Amino acid sequence: MTTMMQEFKQSIIVSIWFVFLTFPLVVVRVNTMNNVVEWRWMNMVWIAAGSFVLSYLWRYMLARKLVQKKVEEAGGDTRGKLQILLEDESFRYKAMGVLLIVALIYPQVFDTYQTTIMISALIYVVLGLGLNINVGLAGMLDLGYVAFFGIGAYTFAIINHHFDVSFWLMLPVGGLVGCLFGIILGFPILRLRGDYLAIVTLGFGMIFKVVMENWTALSFGPSGIANIDKPGLFGLDMNLASHTNYIYYIMIAMVVFTIIVTNRLKNSRIGRAWIALREDEIACVAMGIDMARTKLSAYALGAFWAGMVGVLFASKTTFINPASFTFMESAIILSIVVLGGMGSILGVILGAFILILLPEYMRAFSEYRMLAFGAAMVLMMIFRPQGIISGLRQKYEYKGLKGQSNDG
Amino acid sequence: MEYFLELFFGGLTRGSIYALIALGYTMVYGIIQLINFAHGEIYMIGAFVALIVAGICTIYGLSGVSILILAGIVAVIYACAYGYTLEKVAYRPLRGAPRLSPLISAIGMSIFLQNYVLLAQTPDFLPFPRLIPDFAFMEPVAHIIGSPELVILITTFVTMILLTLLIKKSRVGKAMRATQQDMDMARLVGVNVDRIISLTFIIGSALAAIGGVLVASYIGQVNFYVGFLAGVKAFTAAVLGGIGSIPGAVIGGLVLGWAESFAAGYISSDYEDVFTFGLLILILILRPAGILGKVTKQKV
Repeated sequence: MTTMMQEFKQSIIVSIWFVFLTFPLVVVRVNTMNNVVEWRWMNMVWIAAGSFVLSYLWRYMLARKLVQKKVEEAGGDTRGKLQILLEDESFRYKAMGVLLIVALIYPQVFDTYQTTIMISALIYVVLGLGLNINVGLAGMLDLGYVAFFGIGAYTFAIINHHFDVSFWLMLPVGGLVGCLFGIILGFPILRLRGDYLAIVTLGFGMIFKVVMENWTALSFGPSGIANIDKPGLFGLDMNLASHTNYIYYIMIAMVVFTIIVTNRLKNSRIGRAWIALREDEIACVAMGIDMARTKLSAYALGAFWAGMVGVLFASKTTFINPASFTFMESAIILSIVVLGGMGSILGVILGAFILILLPEYMRAFSEYRMLAFGAAMVLMMIFRPQGIISGLRQKYEYKGLKGQSNDG
Repeated sequence: MEYFLELFFGGLTRGSIYALIALGYTMVYGIIQLINFAHGEIYMIGAFVALIVAGICTIYGLSGVSILILAGIVAVIYACAYGYTLEKVAYRPLRGAPRLSPLISAIGMSIFLQNYVLLAQTPDFLPFPRLIPDFAFMEPVAHIIGSPELVILITTFVTMILLTLLIKKSRVGKAMRATQQDMDMARLVGVNVDRIISLTFIIGSALAAIGGVLVASYIGQVNFYVGFLAGVKAFTAAVLGGIGSIPGAVIGGLVLGWAESFAAGYISSDYEDVFTFGLLILILILRPAGILGKVTKQKV
């Protein structure tokens, strides 16, 4: 009874504190033009009730985390049901088959509008997977990732505008240019630790945007570049719907390609080097891993995907301007990776779908989107740092010699 | 020459504000090795609270310097409260977690606070009243350095001296320095480390709020996004001077302020931000420890 009272008291205090904290910003609104003050008392009630309930939830979650940690320390299994299911190989292959079929018939079942939304979700899937190489595998926080996406898009848009080069030729070129910039930026900042890296990449993202806005001779400034060619198919004439479907299938192919490559990379020599580098840089270098090369390869590969998707993005929207490549975009991609699960391919895909499709279908709440993303990033780090689905590590089991396993 | 002086004082004013915000970064970084990304948002919230208080005061008939002082005090109190809560909610549960976790949490908090103000108030720029009066004695030099600049310079100067005294002379300051040098050892000799960390956030937030109020009344407008850029630039200043070092933050802020002012004045104002980040990248390549920072060896 006393603990209940205590909990109640604690929640009341939290509630009062947050009412105090949010009072001037949430309740008061001053209109200096007409000299009126608007008092929104209803908001105060919401804050009070909300923080009261949330403080209970907060304590419950903290307690749960502590229990989980204890179980883990005792060597117990803390994996959820979903995680166990996903680690079952035969289930994974079946699920992948089903998903692929669903993906292939999707545009036949749904209309063009739905397909367009799905395309943008798929773009974020590839971006998320690309950033996952940097953040998830190699542990390098990149806050300017959208710059590489923008570089790919602008490379295609500018060359297409002046020389009329087709989408298919530019797709790898966009990727390579992104990759090149990744290496150029990567070289000087290789020695930097996590937090410095974050701020420099953030700066790089901003530099990109400012340059694109002001170097009008190259990028046509804030008004952007319009009439970019859509991808062609042997010179076939296509209407809007079939074009959308076509881009959708290109995107599906790209996602599958990305998944295969990143999955292979993850378990390769370089992939293991990335993970080792993420876990402990000094130990990793002591084991004879070339830090510069390993980091640079992660950076370049991450940038490569972004550049490639950038080309596709430009060709899908047929219009780009610097406003598409803001820090918010980088933040969204980062939250996809963080929420989904750093290092987990499946998690990132799921994260992209949740973060892009949910606001799309819940229009009423779409203005709360970024607020929720920010809160989710904090909460995820505190309560579930591994993300929705934690990365699967390849395990090697020793099963004994054939036929002898039952003897001993 | 006059143009040069104008740029010089413009840079000095700007730099002293950067220094004020950078101090918050550097103090927090010195103690818990975290880039407090949400620090810029505290600055913005400070400015917003001041705007609201000033708005109410104007409507209810107060005027002049009394508004400035009242708005400043309320803004500082609220910024401290936000800073304290921020640390308690977003960073304290992550103590001992891998380095990337609190950093991502900080970025999340920054996005959260920006959108919180955006939703609670407005996405537009709000006009901020000119609270700093024009002094008559500044008339002859007003084209080089105006009254607002003078007030900003004096305020930041006094604040910095107070801060230095606090850290160098007081008991709390001693505890802060001890915590910065060795957290475990400080705990052993009886320093309440959690409280010191909270206090660091509170002091840093107060400085940010002072900067926020001064800048907002100098520039004359605020919106939810002003904190982000100011925060990033102030962080650049902190790195420039050597992160973790308090005089370093001041020097870094001034250097950055002048660099920006002269680059914008003599080269091109369109690329102002490019110069800032270019300078940051250059510093990190050439001298990652910053101007006053010590080169620390990583130990295993």
